[in-house]
Amino acid sequence: MMDILNILLSESFWAASLRIATPLIFGVLGALICERAGVLNLGIEGIFVVGAMCGWMAVWLGAGLWGGVLIAALAGGFFGLLHAILTVPLGLSQHVSGLGITLFATSVSYFSYRTALPNVSSPPRITPFQPLDLPILSDLPFLGSVLFQQTALTWLALLMVGVVWYVMNRTALGVAIQAVGDNPDSVDAQGLSVYALRMGAIVAGSALMALGGAFLTMSAFDAFFFGMVNGRGWVCIALVIFASWRPGKALFGALLFGAFDALQVRLQTEMGALVPGQVFLMAPYILSIIALVIAARSADYPRALLTPWFKGQR
Amino acid sequence: MPEQVLSLNGLSKRFGSVVANDDVSLTLRRGEVLALLGENGAGKTTLMNMLFGHYLPDAGTIDVSDEAGRMRPLQLGHPQAALAAGIGMVHQHFTLAENISALDNITLGSEPLLALRRDRKAARAKIEGIIEKSGLKAPLSIPVGRLSVGERQRVEILKALYRDARVLVLDEPTAVLTPQEADTLFENIKAMTNEGLSVIFISHKLREVLAFSDRIAVLRHGVKVGELETSAADEKAIARMMVGAETPKVSRERMAAGAPVMQLKGVSVVGRSKRDTLQCVDLEVRAHEILGIAGISGNGQNALAQVISGLAVPTAGAIHIVDSEISKPTPQAMVSAGVGRIPEDRHREGIVGAMTVAENMVIERLGDMQVQSRGLLRRDAIQSNAKKLAKEYDVRGPGVTAPSRLLSGGNIQKLILARVFEHAPKLILANQPTRGLDMGAAAEVGRRLLEARERGAGVVLISEDLDEILGLADRIVVIRDGQLTETESHDRERIGLMMAGEAA
Ligand SMILES: Nc1ncnc2c1ncn2[C@@H]1O[C@H](COP(=O)(O)OP(=O)(O)OP(=O)(O)O)[C@@H](O)[C@H]1O
Ligand SMILES: [Mg+2]
Repeated sequence: MMDILNILLSESFWAASLRIATPLIFGVLGALICERAGVLNLGIEGIFVVGAMCGWMAVWLGAGLWGGVLIAALAGGFFGLLHAILTVPLGLSQHVSGLGITLFATSVSYFSYRTALPNVSSPPRITPFQPLDLPILSDLPFLGSVLFQQTALTWLALLMVGVVWYVMNRTALGVAIQAVGDNPDSVDAQGLSVYALRMGAIVAGSALMALGGAFLTMSAFDAFFFGMVNGRGWVCIALVIFASWRPGKALFGALLFGAFDALQVRLQTEMGALVPGQVFLMAPYILSIIALVIAARSADYPRALLTPWFKGQR
Repeated sequence: MPEQVLSLNGLSKRFGSVVANDDVSLTLRRGEVLALLGENGAGKTTLMNMLFGHYLPDAGTIDVSDEAGRMRPLQLGHPQAALAAGIGMVHQHFTLAENISALDNITLGSEPLLALRRDRKAARAKIEGIIEKSGLKAPLSIPVGRLSVGERQRVEILKALYRDARVLVLDEPTAVLTPQEADTLFENIKAMTNEGLSVIFISHKLREVLAFSDRIAVLRHGVKVGELETSAADEKAIARMMVGAETPKVSRERMAAGAPVMQLKGVSVVGRSKRDTLQCVDLEVRAHEILGIAGISGNGQNALAQVISGLAVPTAGAIHIVDSEISKPTPQAMVSAGVGRIPEDRHREGIVGAMTVAENMVIERLGDMQVQSRGLLRRDAIQSNAKKLAKEYDVRGPGVTAPSRLLSGGNIQKLILARVFEHAPKLILANQPTRGLDMGAAAEVGRRLLEARERGAGVVLISEDLDEILGLADRIVVIRDGQLTETESHDRERIGLMMAGEAA
């Protein structure tokens, strides 16, 4: 018991939680935008890989760090566009298309990596984003050192929570996206294009997802590994439901998962002798499922989620 | 003569083999109220959807007057163009996003999408101005999902007026309104036509057509078969034009009631709102009897219907169907006990829109041997059964293998009737069964209900239409605030007062 309390009170635990949560924040926000518009994007897992690969590769080939971030976002947007074309005007199954995108995007990323670097045994490293020292903020007790250890991408993720919230709730575009996910006819009857809104939302959401991947290779680590995304995309899909499609709750959900994960690592070192390590590895997922079960009962799904819409049809 | 504001010239539209509109021409003058009539599936909605740009006509053109009064061709197939030309449309089914407020629904599409800020104050002021002028009140700030149907209908009209509509199209605006709400609505609309608004409205209720329109146009099987001034029209003449023959009046013979087929004893339902609440009600329906439940919607009809169809579990009380008590009410248990259900919201609770007409006809009895064998569906049997029923019940549309959502509202109802009556249920729950139906189809529903009664079924008829209840019911019970009061009298006036809660 004492151990857990000690962990929970330590700065390094909270710093790690926030770091682990960062890619999830990007991912949940991206998935949230897509689903708010009425389209499930299971391409997320693959788009994470693409973002991780492209961002890292761009930097390795000589682009600046922010250039890498931009390229990752563009690549994510490209795969988002693919998903958008398949699911919106063509109205194909969103599950099938999304899983297809994940397989395709993952393979293309691995393939490009192997083609660019045929015979390396240890992956080449780049100089990643460094912790950002912000004046005043970093001087705060406790909080300061939690935040001080974070890189610019974490700050960007936190900023995006606010941006997405503002766009969704305070701008005409956000209202239109919410409407198209609830009842596409409402948008069509007001002369807006259902297709343009949905496709735009998917592309934008996918670009955000790719940033989650980019964080992995450009901030959390400094190289690209196979399998490094490791299900983070799927976690985001669950977290959106937990968040009931709200940016604020999405941040909370991501932090909660980050905290479970950080705790798990620390408990493993403290109590590893008593309990098999796999139990700890499993813990964040099990706790997520439990949280999801509790939260999902009151979640209000976008009514038109998964339902394709065609112009001129009943 | 006032100037012309709209002319539809030779519009045609077909869906596969269905000719929904064939060379239809129509004009509308400034300040005029034109009623568009026709049977279910006659093509009224299709015609208006072409005007608004939802459907692209196969042939024909549309001219609309601009602000200066000159007629200009309208770009077809673009709602955006129709809106810009001053055409506003209130669709047959609500086109509202339920997760955003009325204000957001109204301003949707008229603000620049990429602006960083919205001027909600200005929008609200403009809407409030319109509300004041038109009398169409609705709460603006709460999510539309929490508004009543009457309020939603007003929001739909506000949407059109907010876009400065000069031509307003209303597709069955009163189908879901109570008679009082409908009257208020039309008075508001009348007031607006004095300011130059022109209106086309579609309705199956001849009373309001005769009371509120200036001119009447009639469609039959997609063809315009007549046009006349309302002052020169009467119900008979219109009915003859619509169906090509007079609709027979439904006649009802006296009949002795038999054994009870349903008994509710002290049944209570605690719901989230008044419309889902029942307070310890007793109700008995006998064979050879139609029991009319009269009441203003939202007084517990919903809860009663849910109990009888097994969708809600009562918090207290007992339900008997024929002679057995239903201890665990589920929809399945009710169907097997012999309850046939004609639900209120036929699109959501009556059919599965994406499944075919044929599948929908057997959907309540997938376990039957005619439908499946060893767990596999018998497609041929299902289809020939559907063809037979479609013929018998006159279900018209693109065929039994088409998705059922393509049927017109009236034909969806006929599909449900076919499914229910086919199996000779002992108890029939008919919840607003003629809402949105044309006269012929409504008479058909009445005839079928009487036929079932003759055969020995008991019928619970829930309706807001007092004339319907007075015409069909053997006994009348008034529902108010989740409580039932039986009335001996069959007097319109008196029952109306009881519904409003002003007489015991
Ligand atoms: N998008 C569509 N695809 C296929 N068939 C359609 C479509 N829209 C309408 N139809 C068919 O066209 C015909 C006319 O339908 P419409 O909805 O215009 O009738 P309506 O006069 O409005 O009837 P109601 O009074 O029941 O609303 C019907 O047979 C309908 O099944
Ligand atoms: Mg119609």
